[in-house]
Amino acid sequence: MPLPPPLFENDVHATLRSAARRWARTEIAPFAHAWEEQGEFPRALYESAAAAGVLGIGYPETYGGAGGDLSHVLAAAEEFILEGKSVGVAVGLGSHRIALPPILLVGTEAQKQKFLPPVLRGEQIAALAITEPGGGSDVASLTTRAVREGDHYLVSGAKMFITSGCRADFLVTAVRTGGDGHAGISLLVIEREHGFTVSRKLAKMGWWASDTAEIAFDGCRVPVSNLLGEEHQGFVPIMMNFSVERLLLASNCVAIAELAYRESMAYARERQAFGRSVSGFQVTRHKLADMATRLAAARALTQEVLQRHLRGEMVTGLAAMAKNAATDMCSAVCDQAVQIHGGYGYMREYVVERLFRDARLYPIGGGTREIMNEVISKTEGY
Amino acid sequence: MKILVALKRVADPDNANKVKIPPSGDRIDTAGLEWKPNPFDEYALEAALRLTEDGKAPKARAGEVVVVTFGPKETEQTLRAALATGADRAIRVDVTDDKLDGALVARALKALVEREKPDVVLMGKQAVDGDSNQVGQSLAELLDWPMATFAATIQEEQGALLVGREVDGGVAVLRVRLPAVVTVDLRIVAPTSVYSLKTARTHKYNDGVRFAALPAIMASKKKPLAEVKLADLTADSGLKVQYHGFEPPPARKAGIKVKDVADLVARLKNEAKVL
Repeated sequence: MPLPPPLFENDVHATLRSAARRWARTEIAPFAHAWEEQGEFPRALYESAAAAGVLGIGYPETYGGAGGDLSHVLAAAEEFILEGKSVGVAVGLGSHRIALPPILLVGTEAQKQKFLPPVLRGEQIAALAITEPGGGSDVASLTTRAVREGDHYLVSGAKMFITSGCRADFLVTAVRTGGDGHAGISLLVIEREHGFTVSRKLAKMGWWASDTAEIAFDGCRVPVSNLLGEEHQGFVPIMMNFSVERLLLASNCVAIAELAYRESMAYARERQAFGRSVSGFQVTRHKLADMATRLAAARALTQEVLQRHLRGEMVTGLAAMAKNAATDMCSAVCDQAVQIHGGYGYMREYVVERLFRDARLYPIGGGTREIMNEVISKTEGY
Repeated sequence: MKILVALKRVADPDNANKVKIPPSGDRIDTAGLEWKPNPFDEYALEAALRLTEDGKAPKARAGEVVVVTFGPKETEQTLRAALATGADRAIRVDVTDDKLDGALVARALKALVEREKPDVVLMGKQAVDGDSNQVGQSLAELLDWPMATFAATIQEEQGALLVGREVDGGVAVLRVRLPAVVTVDLRIVAPTSVYSLKTARTHKYNDGVRFAALPAIMASKKKPLAEVKLADLTADSGLKVQYHGFEPPPARKAGIKVKDVADLVARLKNEAKVL
């Protein structure tokens, strides 16, 4: 049975989903395996996505976006994964989802006009640079330093695990402009021409089609006009970004697990063993039933948090819960998907093998499972 | 130019295996099917949009594109999607598929054409569910209008359309004076297939049907969508085609393995009797 339409979606979402689905089927799916193996997808794909109107969803039309809210963003992103069948491509295309919001939130009108439209036209790539080689979760102790010299900052330090960093035209970068702790952090847009260097393209367990970089700043001269918001006030916009990022990641997980589940169902019907299809065995059916149940539960929670966020509620704790529920579910479903596929599930030519590796990122990226539990502990008040 | 595009909603042809026939065999069970616009009708809409614009500025419509479908309330989703890609207005004739055949749709469309007075009626060469390939031809006959079927290219001229049709051994080019009925084939959405008078001949469209962007999808909710009763279009709702039974195609049998080429040839000759 096809899924009934998502509970909180209307026919605008349905039409948007069908456009995103058609784009992903023709522009991603035929090349998904090759791009994953090559560890990269063509830059032209950004422009293709922009031309089809699926890149700038969730951004104001004034800056070249396509309008809509987070529910539209998640609907389109889900279709990219379900129909494009490459998580790496979907997340690579989506790196602006975490890089641009700080500009939108605290940037000046001139900064918005300068940085948003080229990215939303697919001409430039934006990346967010917060994590460092010496620390990820502990944002408040980052060490990349920006020293004011006239109307420039001199930036020195390094950033780690930067999605789309190898090809990025600019990095929205967290730097230390003041003393220790969160009160000394600022956000700077560091452009390619300011001279950041990609130290290396990192080899990863999953997300192969998306590039991930280690970046070095060795005295980059960045004009003060690229400071986002007030000096030393970078910590709050970074934190405000997180709830949305966690919802995005939870929704990715729901889509990845749905894809793994669909692939498993199809395989179990087709594959013969002991004279009948694998789905003819109760043990397989029960595996699939458990997968479907966990998937439905994580989808329901993710949707609830999304709806509360759209209503304007603070969802810090709930978003962390949704992320943990969805990532745990996704890892478990992908593991069972590989099991149902047997030997073929261990082979690179099968989608579930790739999804199994892709899934492992989610309890780590965007705040680890453990940090999520700290956030939940705090919001619950223990 | 004013163009009327007839759109039909069909069961997703990529999921044809979900079509079920109840044991009675008197109908097709449509529960649980996914619906989408008939692809050839989507191509007709794309052609209509290309004919009413300058390819360089596709947001401005020169003329009017009206889409019409025959179906229950749910088919308004199909019409809204058409409005989102650029059509100006939509009409839904309230009826269900089992009460229709090609001749009745053509009679009703004739009445609608007399109301709307379009310069061109565009539609797919056929719907991919029934594959009847009748409505365009019947409509042109009822209206006594010129027609061109299976269009692969269309160029607008002053008061006429130059239509290229792929036929065995070449391309036939027809000039149809307006008003006219044109049915389209799949190559109509190639990059250089359709030119309005406004579009430069050097312009190349993206291959395929255009995408509806989110702002247009939202704006489509405000575009007019009218409901018409079938009885208001034609008093004669009798069917010329009646279905007497349905059965699924026979299940595919397992193949056999042959030893060698000699065995293959022998079996083709003696068992399959194709040599």
